Amino acid sequence: MNTAAEALHITHRFGNTIALNDVSFRIDGHELFGFIGPDGGGKTTLFRIITTLIIPDEGTMTVLGRDTVKDFRSLRSEIGYMPGRFSLYQDLTVEENLNFYATIFGTTIKENYHLIEAIYSQIEPFRKRRAGQLSGGMKQKLALSCALIHRPSLLVLDEPTTGVDAVSRVEFWEMLHKLRDDGITIIVSTPYMDEALRCDRIALMQNGRILGIDTPDHIREKFHEKLFAVRHTDIYALLLALRSSVAVRSSFTFGESIHITLVPGATPAEIEKHLTEKGLAGAEVTEIIPGVEDTFLELMQK
Amino acid sequence: MIKEEKVIEVKDMVKRFGSFVANDHLTFDVYRGEIFGFLGANGAGKTTAIKILCGLSRPTSGKVTVAGIDASRSPEEIKKRIGYMSQRFSLYEDLTVAENIEFYGGIYGMTRKEIFPRMDSLIKRLDFESYRDRLIRDIPLGLRQKLAFSIAVFHNPEIVFLDEPTSGVDPITRRQFWEMIYETAAGGITVFVTTHYMDEAEYCNRVTIMNEGRIEALDTPARLKEIYGVSNMEDLFVAITRPKNK
Repeated sequence: MNTAAEALHITHRFGNTIALNDVSFRIDGHELFGFIGPDGGGKTTLFRIITTLIIPDEGTMTVLGRDTVKDFRSLRSEIGYMPGRFSLYQDLTVEENLNFYATIFGTTIKENYHLIEAIYSQIEPFRKRRAGQLSGGMKQKLALSCALIHRPSLLVLDEPTTGVDAVSRVEFWEMLHKLRDDGITIIVSTPYMDEALRCDRIALMQNGRILGIDTPDHIREKFHEKLFAVRHTDIYALLLALRSSVAVRSSFTFGESIHITLVPGATPAEIEKHLTEKGLAGAEVTEIIPGVEDTFLELMQK
Repeated sequence: MIKEEKVIEVKDMVKRFGSFVANDHLTFDVYRGEIFGFLGANGAGKTTAIKILCGLSRPTSGKVTVAGIDASRSPEEIKKRIGYMSQRFSLYEDLTVAENIEFYGGIYGMTRKEIFPRMDSLIKRLDFESYRDRLIRDIPLGLRQKLAFSIAVFHNPEIVFLDEPTSGVDPITRRQFWEMIYETAAGGITVFVTTHYMDEAEYCNRVTIMNEGRIEALDTPARLKEIYGVSNMEDLFVAITRPKNK
């Protein structure tokens, strides 16, 4: 498969802060590739390098077979970029914004309407409304439409789902899957670990470094220890009780359960006994398969 | 944990913008020391409701009492009794940690004599000694969020409103943040929180789910999952906000 983007030893600094520290990866064409990690991890800086907007201090970035520094002009017409912060013209209407982006790239709304139809049709009833007056979800749909209107080969989306409700996020990912199936390579970033499962491959990022790159399933296999979920109705009391046990190596809350790893030699039965002594009778300890977030938490602590 | 003492009482609250009904007869109570999750789809009317509860906007009709104060009559009084932290801006980046604490303490009417001893113990508790005189912009994001929360409850308000407090925060800090929330609630401060992380909804004593201006569900996470016959909060959220899909 052809390569859509390749980074070789990219390092970038802002003053004394190292935003990217020796980052290398390769993304295949027609892939939906996710950069997963918290704010301040370097995702946005990396995306600005991929989209030719900044020049890395060290290393090379190749996108669609071209160098992002030397060939930035030709690359820009083939990349669709949706920045994390809403960057459309607030005082232009929905339709005017879309028309503006189409014109800039030498095309028309009509020509590529089929590409954006599924998304744009949802905000079309508001086409005369100024972009600044749209709700968050509608702004997101408009920004994606504008990033797609010139039929880019590569779509780069910086945290498109941050602050978006859980259901709209699911719908957004369904749209991304359709675009990927239409042959557009997509690079996307997100702080939501559950969204990692919706990507073909992911890179976990933290403090300017890549902690691991693989398919979501393989990433989960990087979790080397036995993982247990402990449940009890009083989560906070349960957490304090687990922290007080010498048999517990790590403990993290995961919704209605707490995920723990044990020190060598310790058994789940020992934990249940300890919890009973602490007044938490009936707490269940069951072995589970680690998720992406479990792996991320483990990699963060290395 | 939940005492039968109401700190927020909302009855038939309506907020209209022209012909648009953003809040359609909301009725709910929140108890002292409770962690109350306020969930809903984007555009469901959460922000509108929170603005009223914080004294920033008045209801069109209905009765709203926050910390014993009538939100229609004395919204300014409410502001003194609550703390607020938003997802993005809450601290001044070009002030130091200590200056931010002093500034917010002053805003809430605390005297220097009250502020400084409490500041010292806060900085110690957060293990922030080495950051005390650093500018906010120079400290890691996760620490900023923890500090922003501590400042929101620095004046010991009756209720603290947290609007997506963990958005974009790393997974370890996100969990530490919730431990701070638990501690705060255990200390008697009511926590009113919005989030898009469905696992965090599980940490609330009760959650309400809003859709199209109305409250569709309000109960403990466990009860709601039972009522709707779903196994997790995400499925519950889908079942309530997209009923046609089911």
